[in-house]
Amino acid sequence: MNSRATATVHGWLLLLPAMACLALFTHWPAVASLIESFYSTAKARRPARFVGLDNYEQLLADPIFWKAMSNNLWFALGTIPTSIALALLMAVWVNDKIVGRTWVRMAFFTPTILPMIAVANIWLFFFTPQYGLLEQIVGLFGGRSTNWLGSQDTALAAITVVAIWKEAGFFMIFYLAALQALPPSLGEAAAIEGASRWTYFRRIQFPLLMPTTLFVLINAVINAFRMVDHIFVMTRGGPDNATTLLLFYIYQVGFSFWDTAYAATLTCVLLALLALVAFVQYGILERRTHYR
Amino acid sequence: MSAAPQPVVTAARSDPYAPKGLALTLESTGAILLALLWVLPLAYAVWAAIHPAEYTTRFVLTAPLTLDNFTRAWAAAPFARYFLNTFILVTMILAFQLVLGTLAAYALARQDFWGRDIAFALILAQLMIMPDALIVENYRTLARLDLIDTIPAIALPYIASAFGIFLLRQTFKTVPKELDDAARVEGASPLQVLMKVYVPLAKPTYVAYGLVSVSYHWNNFLWPLLVTNSVESRPLTVGLQVFSSSDQGIDWAVICAATLMTSAPLLIGFLLFQRQFVQSFMRAGIK
Repeated sequence: MNSRATATVHGWLLLLPAMACLALFTHWPAVASLIESFYSTAKARRPARFVGLDNYEQLLADPIFWKAMSNNLWFALGTIPTSIALALLMAVWVNDKIVGRTWVRMAFFTPTILPMIAVANIWLFFFTPQYGLLEQIVGLFGGRSTNWLGSQDTALAAITVVAIWKEAGFFMIFYLAALQALPPSLGEAAAIEGASRWTYFRRIQFPLLMPTTLFVLINAVINAFRMVDHIFVMTRGGPDNATTLLLFYIYQVGFSFWDTAYAATLTCVLLALLALVAFVQYGILERRTHYR
Repeated sequence: MSAAPQPVVTAARSDPYAPKGLALTLESTGAILLALLWVLPLAYAVWAAIHPAEYTTRFVLTAPLTLDNFTRAWAAAPFARYFLNTFILVTMILAFQLVLGTLAAYALARQDFWGRDIAFALILAQLMIMPDALIVENYRTLARLDLIDTIPAIALPYIASAFGIFLLRQTFKTVPKELDDAARVEGASPLQVLMKVYVPLAKPTYVAYGLVSVSYHWNNFLWPLLVTNSVESRPLTVGLQVFSSSDQGIDWAVICAATLMTSAPLLIGFLLFQRQFVQSFMRAGIK
């Protein structure tokens, strides 16, 4: 055997354990979802049979699917810009020598390490009608009592607030690291030119933070499809599907209604959305940033 | 996966844009107000947990302190078993992730062989297609393997981590090639080179990845909820959900106590090793 062949055998032997697991739990299930979406769900006396695009026709005619899609869109629009803007603000603040910097940074970061399922209990109590803290604060100012999680108008917003609170401090960390890596000579040069602090931020710091913003943006988009834990505690998708996100709907169809073929079809939609994100990231955005 | 370069050690130069005087006061006030808002839910949970139930929504400074809520929560559900399950789970996942990740990262970083780039692309696919999206098919796979309702069932989809492989590959690439060559000249086999040269040099990356992995899997909920249905396999997060959605539904003080209990190990670890935690998450993000 020549050395090139030996290297190939060695290389693949080293990769084998990881690749086998990835194939079994990432690549195969993705392909299997696609295959299964063309079959019917197997029942006790009726095995799965090929149904072509029937599941997709069902999908297009399913009002709950469209509701979940629009909820997820609003959830994404609500969480992504706000959490990124807050993360940047937090990082700029914590990067300056403000009073109590260590404590402030810790306060911002703490939600990141707490289990979502646990803090959702606290937030549930926070939003509870009559007893809840929010009710008491609103009551103090003479506001009307609102059932935040029980009303179709406010439930999704409440879910969105919790998600922003959970992820903003996590994104702050990346901005903080990037800000600390900026050479101090940039600030000195800008000051000699007489730039205001706002100009320095807008024209120098912010553009230089662009790679970090892209990284955080991709993570925020993925999170918008992934964060569903708090829905289990706070609303279970209600009232009347007002807080059903795509992944939560997949869970309901697959594990409450046991309609696995339709759940696989929904999974394909989610995978297509994630593939689109990947395409935008690698195909368009990253072409312009340095990659080693 | 591009991001910022490594933080540099800044010399003691004065930053001309550092806020001073009134600007500093305003900025500090804003930051502290936002920080207070951010800890409010946690502070509220602590208040409810350490006071009798009648003070849950009455904020008087003279309210008596009690640990009763914690003892009641502990007695009401098998939390000791849930703690043990979670501990086994995160240890098992991390151990496999490190072994599999190290081997794969070494191949990707330092071996030149046929199909390497394709393999790397296939691995990176997992960064986008997270295991959470594949719950339906993964459940079928584990049912076929007859592993439903076991701790390995929770762990299996996560033990090969694209994120960990990527992070280690980047670290291994920074190891000087001369060290590798020198060890080979001494007669070390490839695996010996890996264990004696690469692994010790990548220690900070292992620590950083370990902290991120443990926090992630300690807190993970959806998948463990699906594949477990008994006390013997349930991790803390699922146990807490079963506990708080059942008969305890109304007693907020006890639920807050249970909530704090499940978060306590990570929270205490974070408070003690704040710097390491923050730097680990930073390091893990800067790829």
